[in-house]
Amino acid sequence: MELLISTLLFGISVGGQYALIAIGYTMVYGILRLINFAHGDVFMVAGLIGIYSTSLLTALLSNIMGAEAAAMAAVPLSLLLVLVLTVALGFCIERVAYKPLRSAPRMSVMISAIGVSYLLQNTATYITAAQPTNYPPLPFLGDTVEIAGTSIKWVVLVTPFLVLALVIVLTQLINHTKIGMAMRAVAKDFETSQLMGIKINSVISMTFVIGSALAAVGSMLYFTTYPTIVPTSGAMPGLKAFVAAVFGGIGSIPGAVIGAFLIGICENFVKILPFEGATTFVDAFTFALLIIILVFKPTGLFGEKATDKV
Amino acid sequence: MIQEKKSKKGAAAGLILAAVLLILVVVLENLSALLGNAVPSFLLPTSQLFVVLKKGAVYSLVAVSMNLLNGFTGLFSLGQAGFMLLGAYTYAILTVPMSAKETVYYLYGGSAVPFSLPDLFGGADTPSGLILGVALAILLGGCVAALFAFLIGLPVLRLKSDYLAIATLGFAEIIRAVFQWQPLGPITNGANMITQIPTFNNFNITDANGTVILRLSTFFPFLVAILCIAIIVMLINSSYGRAFKAIREDEIAAEAMGINLAKHKMLSFCISSFFAGVGGALFAMFVNNAQAKVYTSTMTYEILLIVVIGGIGSISGSCIATFLYVACSEWWLRFLDNTMQFSSPSAPERTTFIVVFAVVVVLAAALLIWRERRGRGVFWKQALVALLAVALLAWITWFALSGQTKVPLLRTGFRMVVFSVIIMIVVLFFRRGMLGDKELTDILFSRRKAVGKEAAQ
Repeated sequence: MELLISTLLFGISVGGQYALIAIGYTMVYGILRLINFAHGDVFMVAGLIGIYSTSLLTALLSNIMGAEAAAMAAVPLSLLLVLVLTVALGFCIERVAYKPLRSAPRMSVMISAIGVSYLLQNTATYITAAQPTNYPPLPFLGDTVEIAGTSIKWVVLVTPFLVLALVIVLTQLINHTKIGMAMRAVAKDFETSQLMGIKINSVISMTFVIGSALAAVGSMLYFTTYPTIVPTSGAMPGLKAFVAAVFGGIGSIPGAVIGAFLIGICENFVKILPFEGATTFVDAFTFALLIIILVFKPTGLFGEKATDKV
Repeated sequence: MIQEKKSKKGAAAGLILAAVLLILVVVLENLSALLGNAVPSFLLPTSQLFVVLKKGAVYSLVAVSMNLLNGFTGLFSLGQAGFMLLGAYTYAILTVPMSAKETVYYLYGGSAVPFSLPDLFGGADTPSGLILGVALAILLGGCVAALFAFLIGLPVLRLKSDYLAIATLGFAEIIRAVFQWQPLGPITNGANMITQIPTFNNFNITDANGTVILRLSTFFPFLVAILCIAIIVMLINSSYGRAFKAIREDEIAAEAMGINLAKHKMLSFCISSFFAGVGGALFAMFVNNAQAKVYTSTMTYEILLIVVIGGIGSISGSCIATFLYVACSEWWLRFLDNTMQFSSPSAPERTTFIVVFAVVVVLAAALLIWRERRGRGVFWKQALVALLAVALLAWITWFALSGQTKVPLLRTGFRMVVFSVIIMIVVLFFRRGMLGDKELTDILFSRRKAVGKEAAQ
């Protein structure tokens, strides 16, 4: 029973973290019809920025104030820095690697995304000298709490609520603001929206900014739960988040969130299945699910019915 | 008529090229034995050159097989590493010598496969056992990959473009997990590698004392790769190949012309996977083992990038790009991974470095600016390239004047960073790759083709 509860809680929390990445995928796919393979790596880089900015800020601030106060002040400042730098990274990637290929075939843009992913991973390997690095423990979120006889980090409990709050804000943004309306229009019809006077470049940049910001928040939560970061840390959560986006119906934000929660929970239950070597299949399960969905309901749970999609 | 003539000429050129390549490889590898120590160091058997040649042969086969699917049939699949894994494991499981089974599978108390192909034909030490056993195992590796491709293709090939890509990528990940599963240990050795399999070095001919008389370790992968690529080229030039290209250009039009879409897509998928499996078996021979964790999606991306650099839809482009790619990553760019310290500010190496760096920057910038001379709104792109080039030149001038002897930034991992930047430049500026969708023979004989066209009019 305790095992089941803790598994469920972990599943919900991991699902929430996938959801934050999946929104970035689903929004970009909705507008550009591009699987942004670099998104998972942006998430990993956000983790690395967190590590380096915390240690740098702690060192800087301890010159000004006491060591303890510096450590206290460094963490919130560095989280802010993570947010800003990750958004800047996402924006730059779009401008440098995707914008020049706007009129190119879709395959070229996807290859460019794979190239960016390769570049980010290799740069991360170079900077970390291929050594695994540890995410700094965040105050409060990293502390443990006793629930139903198991000790659990606060982050596990906070994640679902934070995710829900962010998703509500995001849906409000998309449904009730001018830029949100522009996004919906561009997602519906790329060319006509251009004729209607929508500046698609700024809309696309905005999409990447939102996606990267959510990935940055996701990285803070995810790496507090699993603190070790290697250059390939982003690849698997990225792919799973993409599967979640497909599961929920690509282009639909509530779909991506529900899909991510379901995948997170299922994945954690696969881990505790009572047969030998069940943990080997955690990743395989997600992809098996993907193939099944694509074959039987390619539009996903909430996807629009469109014949040209699959 | 012209088409026929052209393909005949191409076939003859290909045959001659293949023969020349094979002879050249044998000669290159045995030059050090013939001439003793008089040869330059890069021709010694331990040289990186032969690693590049072997790996290049293996990768070019895989790249061409991926090109058959992505470039000629227009099916964007990312499952190549999974099919390579199937080929590699089939090969390794079937060729572990009986005598070595106990030590290889010691965790599982021996293997569940009670035979070994080379041993069936007289052991891996005898020529017949080696050639027959290895050839059969490689073929079976390809067949297993093709069989799995058929099974996975049934549901997945109905999907289009990026959905197909992500589904095949997922399939490769599933395969990788299954092969690492503990209960399959007696067959796949779990997450551990299968070792002691016959490798390329087994093909070196030795005398009774064990000293090598004739080195054929590079010849073998070249032979297999050339044979397979020749088959793929013949397939592409056949009526099936034309059907594949029709599907690539327009599925609906192809269907209207009476091409069975499902059948041809499946055929292309299975054949491509067969050769990826053969490539995987060769790769296992190259690295001397089979281990599931090597065949990740990164490997597929690597091969995809090779195909893109060579030009999607060009066989010769893929081959050339493979050798360039492998040579850069394994050999020519190696120096970037080590710190570079010159003995003094006036050392000739330092001057050479500065001159080479400056020339490379100027040439690269000139090439990129020249590439972008046409089209609207490219001015800022040219300006950006020029600005970057000027910045790099300013840095190298500062470096030359300041008298520093240590080159900054160079340490482990820098090679891959530079390498991926080069790849991004290719992807962004040379979208069509080196040869586009032309073949080397098209470019070499282009003048005659133009004359032929005029005559036809």
